[in-house]
Amino acid sequence: MTTITPQSLEVPARRRGTGTRATRIIGLATIVMIGWLAVFGLLISPADRDQGDSVRIMYVHVPSVWLAYLAFIVTAICSAIHLFGRRHSLGVDRVAGASAEVGVVFMAVTLVTGMLWGRITWGVYWQWDARLTTTALLFISYIGYLAVRGLEGTRQQRARRSAVIGLLVVLEIPLVHWSVRLWRSLHQEATVLGTDLDVSLDGLMLFSLFSGVVAFTLLFIWLVLHRSRMLTMIDLAGERALDEALASRISEGGEKRA
Amino acid sequence: MAEVSRFHVAKAVFVKDLRVEIRSRVLVNQILPFSALVMVLFAFALDATNVLTRVAPGLIWLAVLFSMIVIVQRGFAVESADGALEALQSAGVDALGVYWGKWAALVVQLVVLEVLLVATAVLLYGVDLRAEGVVLLVTTSISATCGLAAVGTIYGGLAAGVSGRETLLPLLVLPVASPVLIGATRAVEAALGTGGTAISEGWPWLGLLSVFAVAFGVGGSFAFGPLIED
Repeated sequence: MTTITPQSLEVPARRRGTGTRATRIIGLATIVMIGWLAVFGLLISPADRDQGDSVRIMYVHVPSVWLAYLAFIVTAICSAIHLFGRRHSLGVDRVAGASAEVGVVFMAVTLVTGMLWGRITWGVYWQWDARLTTTALLFISYIGYLAVRGLEGTRQQRARRSAVIGLLVVLEIPLVHWSVRLWRSLHQEATVLGTDLDVSLDGLMLFSLFSGVVAFTLLFIWLVLHRSRMLTMIDLAGERALDEALASRISEGGEKRA
Repeated sequence: MAEVSRFHVAKAVFVKDLRVEIRSRVLVNQILPFSALVMVLFAFALDATNVLTRVAPGLIWLAVLFSMIVIVQRGFAVESADGALEALQSAGVDALGVYWGKWAALVVQLVVLEVLLVATAVLLYGVDLRAEGVVLLVTTSISATCGLAAVGTIYGGLAAGVSGRETLLPLLVLPVASPVLIGATRAVEAALGTGGTAISEGWPWLGLLSVFAVAFGVGGSFAFGPLIED
């Protein structure tokens, strides 16, 4: 168990935020890359021959789904490290939690942008396609994971529970995907999906997409660093409140005895 | 004193759970009427009989899922009410034995529930049982039940003793159980011949259901200990 010494509870006056030199640099790089993505995605890259301007949604949709999966992979790895590592580190658990939170937000962005694109391209918001359905179920599962993190209990309990759930969700992904694929393949002759990746991308489009992936990955790193530091501070604040309450009770006892 | 083997723990928990059920009759007096009610409500919602016959397999499994949530909540409320799970842990009882005991008791209760729901579908929805589909129907129900019980027991153990579990359990169980809903519905459709599907189309789904049951049976065996060990 991670021990928190009284000294470590003292937060230096000039460092009351979660920013460091490294996160500031990453943050700046993220802003620059997102500006770059906006310029390339909205202005420089051409409209698609078939899809027109709606293809530009892809520059947000594809990077956000990439980021969501990256986040869930990070959560799974951190869960495994917490559970099977000898130290059962709480720091790793916080990274798992922070990463899942970011993943859920970007999964929501993926679903919303995908539905908007679907409405324009297919005429409907939703298709019961294997990929879409798996994504939606995965989204709900990680909301459940975050709910488990919010359960009462000590930090070690929270960490162990959520690590187990984090790994069970990974077990669930292939089974859900397999079942939904089997389900759709029996019911649907030809799926309409496939257009978004079968498009023969011209160089500029591919470059814009690549810029999006880089921008979103930087954003992910920046968000997870800040969020996991914030979770640490929340834990420390809880610990300090407990210490102060204990100290005041002890001093009360002392006064009574005196 | 000789150490109690894992099998004996499982058997003791299994017998205890069924005995609690026989004495309290919560399944018979509350959960079975609830699931029959769900079937009646589906009929109100969908109205036409031909539609009901067509979608009956899906409705049966949906009713199983909903009722399972209630059974699992009840099964673990019994454990956490007097700190029974904690007492078992402090006594050094094997968690895996507890898991398999709870699992087996849940399987038995779900099988009773499924028999009732199929009978309700025959009576209310005009579903015909055909003799050649019975083998598929029974094997599907068994493998789907094994998988569902594995998932239900894992998440029931997680939620045991934690406030807010009533609302958390469905959110955790239903997405994980969705492959069972898909697979078991298609297989039962084939077994009953609703929607004109041939029996042979049902067998591939059995593969999915079996893999699911094995995956979550093994996963649950590893996960259950760390989940309840608080």
